[in-house]
Amino acid sequence: MKIELNLYASLARYIPREAGAPCNRIFEVGEGTTIIALLHHLQVPMDKVKLIFLNGLHAHGDEILSEGDRVGVFPPVAGG
Amino acid sequence: MKSLREFLVAHAQNGVISFSVQAKAVREFRLPFPVVEETILKTNLLPSRYLRNQETLSQADQFSLFRSRVAVIGCGGLGGYIVEALARVGIGHITVIDPDVFDDHNLNRQLLSETGTLGLSKAEAAVGRVRRINPAVTVAPVKRVFTRENGGMLLKHARAAVDALDSIGLRLDLADVCMEMGIPLVHGSIGGWYGQVTTQFPGEDTLRKIYSGRSHDKGIEDRLGNLSFMACLVAGFQAAEVVKIILDQGKTLRGRMLSINLLDVEIVDVAL
Repeated sequence: MKIELNLYASLARYIPREAGAPCNRIFEVGEGTTIIALLHHLQVPMDKVKLIFLNGLHAHGDEILSEGDRVGVFPPVAGG
Repeated sequence: MKSLREFLVAHAQNGVISFSVQAKAVREFRLPFPVVEETILKTNLLPSRYLRNQETLSQADQFSLFRSRVAVIGCGGLGGYIVEALARVGIGHITVIDPDVFDDHNLNRQLLSETGTLGLSKAEAAVGRVRRINPAVTVAPVKRVFTRENGGMLLKHARAAVDALDSIGLRLDLADVCMEMGIPLVHGSIGGWYGQVTTQFPGEDTLRKIYSGRSHDKGIEDRLGNLSFMACLVAGFQAAEVVKIILDQGKTLRGRMLSINLLDVEIVDVAL
């Protein structure tokens, strides 16, 4: 099934893409895949993950993904 | 001898008082700049420095801004630009809170840092800078760390507080004090090519939502550092939020967070 994953700010670099190609944010994932499992698969360091949204709502990361889900992930930004 | 009001009316040109007339009134009437500024605005005149604020900001808006107190917590990368913007737009009272002194590594981005101010207080530098650009603005420097204990006293009478801190723990303390005191808090933070802005209104726990569950006190900036233009950009968003809060105009970032990625030029507006 297909889901949409957006990695924001410094996490954007973990979205796989070919040089010069537009960023593909649609991912094919297997049944039972959680948000954290998908992030692990993309080698996103979990200590750099702060805010997770699933279809616009706060998520913890252990939610199981469904067809058409939209996931957004932000790192902690705290400099001034 | 004429009263100050008569003096100002006699010297106004099309309702505008030039800086030289304002300075002359300060000397002749032996009054501080803020007192003369207040009389100018109360007389329905406009200091010429605000001519280019119009018609975006009306004369009445300028008076509202002049009568407002804003607390800026942190006078580093974000805080320096925020104080600059607030003083130039005409906020009458600014409390600047920062216990630190300038170090070499601040020079890459902090507006108030200069080779000549290394080793000097950041809060005092803010006072000097504002005095040079808008002496009608009263700046109260606080060279102490903001804490839950002193927060109530430091934020007293503030119409808004601006989070320009650099640690998650202090940001959460500030957010909690603002919530207890019913003060809107404009949050901004930066790291590398990235930044974020949001505004927490009384009764909301926006910053707790953003930073909950953190074991570290720092974010991505710990490794990526902070760049001059990110400080400038995010500070601009924060200053605009302050003005909108005071004037009750437009839309604020209430319940929303802007996440800014200048490397890929992406600005995302997220509902919190």
